[in-house]
Amino acid sequence: MTFAADVWTSFTREMKPLVSGWVWLAFGLVQPLLYIGLFVPLLGQVGIEGPSPLQWFIPGMIVMLTLFGTAMVGWSLTEELMSGVLERFLATPMSRPAMLMGRAMKELFPLVFQAVVMIVIAVPFGLQIFGPTMIYGLLLLGLFGIGVAALSYALAVAAKEDTSMFYMVSQSVALPLMLLGGVLLPMEMAPGWLYTASRFNPLTYLVEAERALFVGEFATMSVLYGSLVVLAVLIIGLAVGATTIRKATV
Amino acid sequence: MIHARDLTRTFKTKAGAVEAVRGLSLDVAEGELVAFLGPNGAGKSTSVRMLTTLLPPTSGTASVGGSDVVAEPAAVRRKIGYVGQKNGAGVYYKVRNELLTQGRAQRMDPAVARRRADELIEMLELTGLEDRTGAKLSGGQKRRLDVALGLMHNPEILFLDEPTTGLDPHSRANLWEHIDRLRKATGMTIFLTTHYLDEADTMAERVMIMDNGRLIADDTPARLKADLAGDRISVSLTSTTEAEQAAGIAANLPGARETEVCGYSVAVTVREGEAILPEFIRRLHEVGAQVATASVKRPTLDDVFLGLTGRSLRESAVG
Ligand SMILES: Nc1ncnc2c1ncn2[C@@H]1O[C@H](COP(=O)(O)OP(=O)(O)OP(=O)(O)O)[C@@H](O)[C@H]1O
Ligand SMILES: [Mg+2]
Repeated sequence: MTFAADVWTSFTREMKPLVSGWVWLAFGLVQPLLYIGLFVPLLGQVGIEGPSPLQWFIPGMIVMLTLFGTAMVGWSLTEELMSGVLERFLATPMSRPAMLMGRAMKELFPLVFQAVVMIVIAVPFGLQIFGPTMIYGLLLLGLFGIGVAALSYALAVAAKEDTSMFYMVSQSVALPLMLLGGVLLPMEMAPGWLYTASRFNPLTYLVEAERALFVGEFATMSVLYGSLVVLAVLIIGLAVGATTIRKATV
Repeated sequence: MIHARDLTRTFKTKAGAVEAVRGLSLDVAEGELVAFLGPNGAGKSTSVRMLTTLLPPTSGTASVGGSDVVAEPAAVRRKIGYVGQKNGAGVYYKVRNELLTQGRAQRMDPAVARRRADELIEMLELTGLEDRTGAKLSGGQKRRLDVALGLMHNPEILFLDEPTTGLDPHSRANLWEHIDRLRKATGMTIFLTTHYLDEADTMAERVMIMDNGRLIADDTPARLKADLAGDRISVSLTSTTEAEQAAGIAANLPGARETEVCGYSVAVTVREGEAILPEFIRRLHEVGAQVATASVKRPTLDDVFLGLTGRSLRESAVG
């Protein structure tokens, strides 16, 4: 069980400065609040079916927050890679994948927190709660986030000599994924070619699964596809991350 | 405890291959304190990082504490402490928390780790800084924290890459005093790199000099200085004729090298200057030469480096 202990060691180290940074967390809530206040009223006009446009919008929103929140986490590793911090840990008996996993979990913590707060805030505006399926939805998001964070760490290690490279690549991957995922507006409104392109975007399936889960559906194909996508991202992310970190100091 | 055979490391860069270490072989026995000395870019850090499993060698083999660095890195990591050249403490983390995290990473018992952290905070004069984050420490305080992190689990073998760079004279002296005490108490093997010649000279039992990726000397500081540099005797006389006469005598002293005349003065290098100087002056008296001044300059490790490479350590840097 040293693996779990190492994950915990890495997670708690990372958590300590965060816990003392609640201001930052509160700031992180401003953005979702703005979306709910200034964007959701518009959705009523677009014509989204379902009990409330929030039921459709909130899942897309938290997928977006998770994607952007975790795609950029590599920068924190870049910093410790350039100083001697990562090297200090690499010279100890700690498991390397466990180090990554602990770090990724810390990055997720505020995101899950944000998602929960957002759901709570949306209730008075008409969001209906479907407890079990929504919790499964958050779990899926968490695992997806760990996978994306691990990929982001791998990218940071690969681009350690050139920080701007890291930003360029991570942004230019995350942004089209987000736009093509139908996060903000329904993809059904898109022209044919755009719709087709969105079917090749793994994020689309996650967003669709989350939307199903947010209206209380569980045994549907979209939930199955979404879960498979998350599993694939998690496995690929951790495998690529663990392989790259071995080369971190070369 | 530490053995290396023909270790090499080549870095590929856009400008071409950099041969950082070229055929390093060394042996360090249990409990020894060895200092690695050499100009910037000599390959010291690269060597240390290979010995600490952080960098795979391009070729050659090395074992630390009986385990091979390539085949059994995990076993090596359990035995070593490592203080790298760069800062190891995170900027957002508090001093005491970093020490405790290090204890957990080294799989120490939590109660033991807490006690050890307090001990090290006191020993490295970090008292009062326990709850400061790394970003708010001065350069020297950060360095002392780095050393504390490396010492946390009382490793059998300790690697220190320029541990005293950035420390004021008091902190340096304090650190050495503690390292000395620790060695006596635990028999720790210590391998360090430094640019401070006096430090290598007084602290290390053995000095290895590295230049351009190669080990060019490996011996006790005293023997290196005697063999490769020697003491420089200078005398001044009252005329140039006397100086010429004195040069002749100097050249015949036991083990005399590099006799040089300059105006009224003569200089010569010998092995044991303080013992030979009286004899030299006696012989000068015998021929009636008037000795005005006489001095012996003891060599430094810099003179050793100069003797080996023709360059001064103070001026040279590779790449
Ligand atoms: N990651 C790297 N990529 C390319 N070249 C490198 C890398 N690391 C070190 N080098 C080169 O290898 C050589 C040896 O570097 P090293 O850091 O071992 O020197 P050093 O003896 O520790 O020097 P210093 O006293 O400045 O710390 C230098 O020429 C350096 O530029
Ligand atoms: Mg160095």
